[in-house]
Amino acid sequence: MSRSGRSVQRAALTATLVAGALALAGCSSPGSSTPEESETPDASAPSESATPDCGTEPVTLKAYFETGFPLPSELAAEFEKQYPNVSFDIREDQFAVLTQSAPRVLVDDPPDLMRLPQMSELAKDGLLLNLDPYAEAFGWDEWPASQLEQMRVDENGRRGDGPLYAMGLNFSMTGVFYNKELAAQIGMTEPPKTVAELDGYMQAAKDAGLTPLAQFNGGATGGLAFPLQALMASYGDTSEINDWIYQAPGATIVTESNIAATEHLQRWVEAGYFADDVNSMDYAMMMSRFIEGDSVFIFNGDWESGNLDNQMAGNVGFFLMPPLEEGGSFGAMSAPLTYGISAYAANPDCAAFFLNWVATDETARTIAVEVGGSHPMGLADAYMPPIAEGSVTAETLAAGAAIGEQDGAMDFIANATGTVYAEGWTPNLQKLVAGEIDPVSLLEAVQAEYEREVG
Amino acid sequence: MPQRQTGPTSGLREVMSPAPGSPESRRRARRARRLRRDGLAWLLVAPAGIAYVLFVLRPMAQSVQFSFYDWDGVTQSTWVGLDNYVQVFQNSELYGSIVNAFELIVYFSIIPVALGLFTANTIRSFATSRLALVSRTVLFLPQIIPLVAAGIMWTWLYASNGTVNQVLRIIGLDRVTRAWLGDFGSALPAVGVIGAWVHFGLCMLLLLAGMTKIDPALYEAARIDGAGPVREFFAITLPSLRQEISVCITVTVIAALASFDIIYISTQGGPGNQTLVPGLAIYRLAFFSREVGLASALAVVLMVLVLGVVLPLQRLNREGDS
Repeated sequence: MSRSGRSVQRAALTATLVAGALALAGCSSPGSSTPEESETPDASAPSESATPDCGTEPVTLKAYFETGFPLPSELAAEFEKQYPNVSFDIREDQFAVLTQSAPRVLVDDPPDLMRLPQMSELAKDGLLLNLDPYAEAFGWDEWPASQLEQMRVDENGRRGDGPLYAMGLNFSMTGVFYNKELAAQIGMTEPPKTVAELDGYMQAAKDAGLTPLAQFNGGATGGLAFPLQALMASYGDTSEINDWIYQAPGATIVTESNIAATEHLQRWVEAGYFADDVNSMDYAMMMSRFIEGDSVFIFNGDWESGNLDNQMAGNVGFFLMPPLEEGGSFGAMSAPLTYGISAYAANPDCAAFFLNWVATDETARTIAVEVGGSHPMGLADAYMPPIAEGSVTAETLAAGAAIGEQDGAMDFIANATGTVYAEGWTPNLQKLVAGEIDPVSLLEAVQAEYEREVG
Repeated sequence: MPQRQTGPTSGLREVMSPAPGSPESRRRARRARRLRRDGLAWLLVAPAGIAYVLFVLRPMAQSVQFSFYDWDGVTQSTWVGLDNYVQVFQNSELYGSIVNAFELIVYFSIIPVALGLFTANTIRSFATSRLALVSRTVLFLPQIIPLVAAGIMWTWLYASNGTVNQVLRIIGLDRVTRAWLGDFGSALPAVGVIGAWVHFGLCMLLLLAGMTKIDPALYEAARIDGAGPVREFFAITLPSLRQEISVCITVTVIAALASFDIIYISTQGGPGNQTLVPGLAIYRLAFFSREVGLASALAVVLMVLVLGVVLPLQRLNREGDS
């Protein structure tokens, strides 16, 4: 056989193999056989006769929770105790895994209850059950509207309005935790009332040889978004920030007040208020440094209240980011711990009943506060468990009430789109720390990434 | 190459062809036997072949197919032609990741091979002693540690109060200390050093094995001609190791271009995308942004790049042989 003949034969063999592989791949366009077309999911409608519940027959609720957070499992255990016919089949994964597998799991192995990542795409794609009928049946529509706002998604995937697609187990809130002993060292006897006072305390800490702020900002976690958004709320209007997060038409993050806030953050960086290794510090490292007394302040959320009360009992305090001028406006990130029901779930009624129970049962509310550290969902005057005086949990709950009065609750700027955190905020905040980008370019880069997805 | 024109089967066939019988029946018998033998060959190859087609070729073909669509991985896709490829080269973040991968070749390939040559040559000089065994084992150890473990270990070493900075402080280089993985200038080299540390052992061992094949008489002759150790290395050792070096470079270049684990564990692409590599970008696009089409396009580009770098290396090696 000649050399060329051999190569012809080889080419023919390759072609056959590739063709075979293509045939196996199925040349129809990908995604053309999702269940949406083959079977229409049972449209939410709970049984008309009475409010939905778990019945008396044995029910197994398939649940998909986030690893490392004991709250949902403890609630599930208590629920099993109160309703013996219900048992939970719980699977857990890290949040990153939840994020990447959410669409597949919701279709292929539909859970009755699932901890949700950023949910606008999931709702838009019809993977989540519309909870409006349940909201009506259980009277969730009488709760403060702001509690549910973030979990409403319209047909374009915009949040803030439209049908309800998820429910919270509680809602968390962010602000500044401080180490009381170190604070006393720098002469801080009570929380700062203005941003300038906070600046002063940071400088005092720096002058005393302490690390003012060991804030996580390494790897894929741009934790400087916490202080940045807090500053944005002090400099500007929280509703504008919310509009941007909810993808209101024409919304932009590049506003005068946001630029001023970013410049303020840059001054903190330049003054050396942050630990020098923030760009390689992850969340766990931040927590261990703060607990060990290696940082005076950290920007974080009340989901750590219970943990900090245990680990630094009596030595930890909390305050909301103060306004620019005393008595001025301020805000805090506040978001429900979202759980959804798959559009293909087997026991949606029972799952919805569980979610309602979490918000209304006294034992469940106690667990939500004591284990979760955050405020339970539900009516403003609903039962609250007694909290130890002086604990940081008591402080964060009180701060939550203050934010409620101010109407200062914002969603997290990282939640505006599915990728704006990883592709927009994180790399650019890391650049800000390294002095590689100025405040305006930072916001413009984030806006460009945002528009790439919002279109 | 030309010798291979008559393959082993055809040679066998002539030896075993039967003498008696008419030409016609002989031909028929031969064909039957060939069919049987070919059939058996196909049967034996089939399990591996089917697995290869199902688990290697099919996903590859699917990636190519997906790369022409805008698809979120779940819902209906739309055909977009070459748009995804255009994006790969227009998006500075994505082609930046490719540039980073090429920079990693210095650390994953060149340094391990150069150091491996030097170390192997040194070890060869006391090859039979116990010290050689110990140093071989110690230097090869990183290769058997899972990459994830290596990544975690090095993030501790690189931490601001980690071993690297402690050592620097002890020798008075306080000004050099930094958060190595969090610093814009040092993050990529720092990640590269992890790769160099991992791949060094493999290269050293391969090269050392190659050196044992070299006829000692060559060294003797060189020494008689008055060659020193340096001359010996460049005139005898290096040319004799061409094949091993080419294997080392091929393996490590692929590891550099397709790197993922070490970076995922140590920096996740940060700070500010300084250490973003195509492997990580593909993962993020496919599983976080759910842009399966764009991820597939980047994957296809990466595959072409790897082939584009590795195939010429192979050819170079083969040409050297003939």
